Amino acid sequence: MIELVSAERCIGCNLCVKVCPTNVFDKTEHEPVIARQSDCQTCFICEAYCPADALYVSPYADEQIAVDEAELAGNGVLGSWRATIGWGPGRTKLAALDKTPFIDRILPARTIRAAGVSDVRTPTTG
Amino acid sequence: MSGETALQLTADVLVIGGGPAGAWAAWSAASKGAKVVLVDKGYLGSSGATAPGGTNLLYLPPDKEMREKAVEQRMKSGGYLSEARWIHRVLDQVYINLERVEQWGYPFVRDEDGVPQRNHLQGPEYMALMRKVVKKAGVKVLDHAPALELLVDDNGVGGARGVLRQADQEWEVRANAVVIATGGCAFLSKGLGCNVLTGDGYLMGAEVGAELSGMEFSRRYAPAPAFSSNTRSRLLGWATYYDQDGNELGGSRNGDFLAERLLQGPVYAIMNKADTPEKQAILRSSHAIFFLPYDRAGIDVFTQPFPLTLRYEGTVRGTGGLRIVGDQCETTVAGLYAAGDAATRERVTGAASGGGAFNASWAICSGTWAGEGAAEHALKQSRDADRRQLRSAGRFGLADGQTLPPSSRVETSELVQAIQDQVLPLPINYFRSEAGLAAALNKLNSYWPSVNEQAPATVHDRVRAREAAAMAATSRWMYTAALARKETRGGGLHLLAEYPELDPNQHYRLLVSGLDSIQTRPDRAFLGAAPAGSLTGTEQGA
Repeated sequence: MIELVSAERCIGCNLCVKVCPTNVFDKTEHEPVIARQSDCQTCFICEAYCPADALYVSPYADEQIAVDEAELAGNGVLGSWRATIGWGPGRTKLAALDKTPFIDRILPARTIRAAGVSDVRTPTTG
Repeated sequence: MSGETALQLTADVLVIGGGPAGAWAAWSAASKGAKVVLVDKGYLGSSGATAPGGTNLLYLPPDKEMREKAVEQRMKSGGYLSEARWIHRVLDQVYINLERVEQWGYPFVRDEDGVPQRNHLQGPEYMALMRKVVKKAGVKVLDHAPALELLVDDNGVGGARGVLRQADQEWEVRANAVVIATGGCAFLSKGLGCNVLTGDGYLMGAEVGAELSGMEFSRRYAPAPAFSSNTRSRLLGWATYYDQDGNELGGSRNGDFLAERLLQGPVYAIMNKADTPEKQAILRSSHAIFFLPYDRAGIDVFTQPFPLTLRYEGTVRGTGGLRIVGDQCETTVAGLYAAGDAATRERVTGAASGGGAFNASWAICSGTWAGEGAAEHALKQSRDADRRQLRSAGRFGLADGQTLPPSSRVETSELVQAIQDQVLPLPINYFRSEAGLAAALNKLNSYWPSVNEQAPATVHDRVRAREAAAMAATSRWMYTAALARKETRGGGLHLLAEYPELDPNQHYRLLVSGLDSIQTRPDRAFLGAAPAGSLTGTEQGA
């Protein structure tokens, strides 16, 4: 769930308010606030769009956790998803580096298929 | 709905939903010369199952033999409920559209021979591009504008009404054709990007008399981190599974392996089959979203165990949805079209899941066809929709329960929880039995009157109340259809413990319709289009 809107980093563009598909944020006179945290679906979209790397979405989808902004910043976590997908000036888009079409080349030997369960299989190479 | 309508627009085509299917429908209708409005509950570009992660596509070069083989394989895996002609249509159309996507600027990688690899899209990039293209085509986009009900007259559908949830105002769009592209229904199970998918379009369609098809094919769960949302799990093919004591869970992972194991206790995985830095780097740049929750939780997935769960995906990677009866994805209601996961995907997937490639290509193609069909339909009407005597069609989850005595009001969150309690558990919906489903359906039917006893106080509550009604209806259609298909067919999307075999006499699709009372009937119309003889011959071996 979304846990942090950094007042220090936020530039007040309100892009997160706009792009959040589940409408978690509200605009204010200052930085947006997390108004409906329990509606967050942990999709990380807001982080991808935030040009100031001011947001942190924790991986925990069902429970609220306390976060330390200085620690997240120090560990390079803030802005890391945007960097991974290659958004932002001077970066190469992940789409241009996408290795998915080639992952079958490094498949483990065994083939697996589960009925009614998505994707738990090693696609056959045949 | 009550209150002042702050925004009133008239268009030729209204597209409801801003995932891939809606985006393609809007672009396609605008390209045909129609005036188009697209409304999305969230934001065109970030809404839906595609945007946060990556998506594989059904995409084959125009090689006749290769395509014939793929079509035959799919016909078989789908229990012969699909149609070869439709699978070919998708293969043809998606090839054209993905060339367009590349021309619009999507940077598909190329192999050593310079061939563009158009069978995978990174969601954020793809959907940001689609937003740009749709807006450039002249489509008016309303974000955070959930549709709550359709507008209708004796000639069919003529638009919709909803709310601008960030402005606390109402909108009304009149249009002679409407495309429903609201996605499937995953019952707020927190699958990646799926919490906007609450069956809203199914309910809107059913309220104007549209039928649904294939709702029994909804037995679909995805592995995800036990603590997180990420339901992209293809990379688990590189994992070994363990119990809580660190014992390897060996043997075959076929069939019900993970579901059965999870009922016994926690299951962990380690991605130790990606055993070199090179392999690990390839996987990281393929499904980056897979690693994100683990990295943030401080787990090195290549060496440390991480806990798994199964999250329910309903009709998102299941297959049912609004019944479509023509090549342009027409529903049975005049002026109403359905695309993407809001439509049944049985024509191309049959009784198998469209997850992991088919659905993404289906969204592109059905969106294109529905958009074209809607534009053609609207442009040949003699009068604009604002001259029609339209009425609001919504009947469920829209009531203002504030007028009820407090003791009779139903809390939306409690209603949603009650629905989830009958839909999400593996023992009910994965290990399906006649007895288990009948008991669950009885409860769900008993909740149905509550959808009109909710008392939403804010604009957000109004949207949630309507979502609760849509989920209540969807769950009842699913289980009613599941109880009516007394056999086990196709790719594991439906089964009943009492009927483990395929029954050749049930070689039909199942239609459901109605809200207060639900009717089912078999649909064999699609069989007429198949070559005679091929079906009975092949079905025995399916």
